[in-house]
Amino acid sequence: MGSLFIFLSGGLFLGWSLGANDAANVFGTAVATRMVRFSMAAVIASLAVITGAVFAGAGAAGTLGRLGAITALPGAFTVTLAAALSVFTMTRAGLPVSTSQSIVGGIIGWNIYADHALNYTVLSKIVLSWISSPIIAACFGFLLYFLVRFIIKHISIHILRRDLYTRIALIISGAFGAYSLGANNIGNVMGVFVPISPFPSVDFIGGWGLSGVQLLFLLGALAISVGIFTYSKRVMETVGSDIFKLSPITAFIVVLSSALVLFLFASEGLHDWLVRNGLPALPLVPISSSQAVVGSVLGIGMARGMQNIRFKLVGKIGMGWIATPLVAGAVCYFLLFFMDNLFLLTVK
Amino acid sequence: MSKLFKQTTYLVADIDTFLDNISKAGILFGLALREYLEDELDRFHARLDEIAELESDSDDLRREIRHKLYSKMLIPESRGDVLSVLENIDNVIDTTKKIVFQIDIEKPRICESLKRDFQELSMTSQSALDFTVKAARAFFKDSSIINDFVHKVYFYEHEADKIEELIKRKVFSSEDVTELAERMHIRDFATYVAKLSDESQAVCERISVAAIKRSL
Repeated sequence: MGSLFIFLSGGLFLGWSLGANDAANVFGTAVATRMVRFSMAAVIASLAVITGAVFAGAGAAGTLGRLGAITALPGAFTVTLAAALSVFTMTRAGLPVSTSQSIVGGIIGWNIYADHALNYTVLSKIVLSWISSPIIAACFGFLLYFLVRFIIKHISIHILRRDLYTRIALIISGAFGAYSLGANNIGNVMGVFVPISPFPSVDFIGGWGLSGVQLLFLLGALAISVGIFTYSKRVMETVGSDIFKLSPITAFIVVLSSALVLFLFASEGLHDWLVRNGLPALPLVPISSSQAVVGSVLGIGMARGMQNIRFKLVGKIGMGWIATPLVAGAVCYFLLFFMDNLFLLTVK
Repeated sequence: MSKLFKQTTYLVADIDTFLDNISKAGILFGLALREYLEDELDRFHARLDEIAELESDSDDLRREIRHKLYSKMLIPESRGDVLSVLENIDNVIDTTKKIVFQIDIEKPRICESLKRDFQELSMTSQSALDFTVKAARAFFKDSSIINDFVHKVYFYEHEADKIEELIKRKVFSSEDVTELAERMHIRDFATYVAKLSDESQAVCERISVAAIKRSL
């Protein structure tokens, strides 16, 4: 059992860094502008992330499993450790980074090391999702900006009541964002452990229970929650003004747009409903919440006539999208080499 | 959350009462000046007391609003702007009180030929104040119509300046007022009354900036 947790620690470390960094995407501006207290944001975000991860995390996690079915626990550990180290070092270096891209980079590194043929259909789905998710978020941001502006213009609400409603909207959209984050990104944290899930199913009173995979996701979600409580406050207090300064209302638009995008790429129910009705459905793929946020901020920027957008920073973020999977893949390859040859662990 | 709803409702009511006080003070100012010019000094003194009471109530209300905004963490993003607008409006009621008190203390003697001009000046300044209160209400409830009121305040301020200048020219060329000291006293009195519109304009400038900062 002890060695099991050591091997799971790579995923838990990745979960912690996801909680520390990505919770700021959903509650950052609300906390930074003091519209929502950090303690309240942390509790809501943690509960919502756990709910999303345990009850809706299977879809996006399954796609990662199809990219590389890692069957050895040390191999899965190395992949998550490589992804976590890449996220950690790139964040420390001030480079924009995504856990989704680093875990995919890690899995590709494992595929190359293990001499497994890459599933290019799945990989192309994932890469297309990375490109399309910020674009879809930008469209949501653009449309929601005009919708909210229309509502504010045509409904006279007292400045104080408007602020109160904005506060409520930030809490609800933040909770939805955290739920979608849990559903979409739990695959990054625990997805590689699914084929070798070590937990048995648990049944509770009243016929209710959790499968082994759900327990695995619960553990990952708890690691995300620890990240939220221990480290996200600092990130939250600095987020929001990078690309351009957000007001509480524009922050609500950004959070809602990115939450919708995360939800679209995570919800099996919505995916199945769209397919059943002959409508185009988006693949269930872990995407980057940071990139969705960047997309929606740019969408609002476009709606405002491209004012005050720091394009240099946007370019830097774009470079990070390419660099992250490459760095994670390379780190993973080298770590696998050492695990295999130095520690003599079965990694493939 | 229900506590926050309640606090917001009370604060909205406080702000409304504060603006009502400013509006009432403007009306009382016009009446007080008319009564002074018509030598109805008892009624003028009654107005003066009412204005003083309103000014004191408004000060208390402003302090309470500021305390609630900070202690209850309401509108953290723009409470600085909101308080600045309220404090600027409070300056207007302070000016109103100062003018009527100054009249009461100095008792300027206004000759018949200038009474109509002073009447017009007080009405113009009162109109500027009236539209300033409307602009402030719009700032709190519907910022899209602020400019409808702000441009009127600018108009009345400009009119007040013109009347003030006219009075000054008249008083120094009038044969009804011969003493230099008396002429200067009336000149200063015209400046005081017109000051109300200047203060109103300053408030509107603050409101416009705050509204731009709050626009989406």
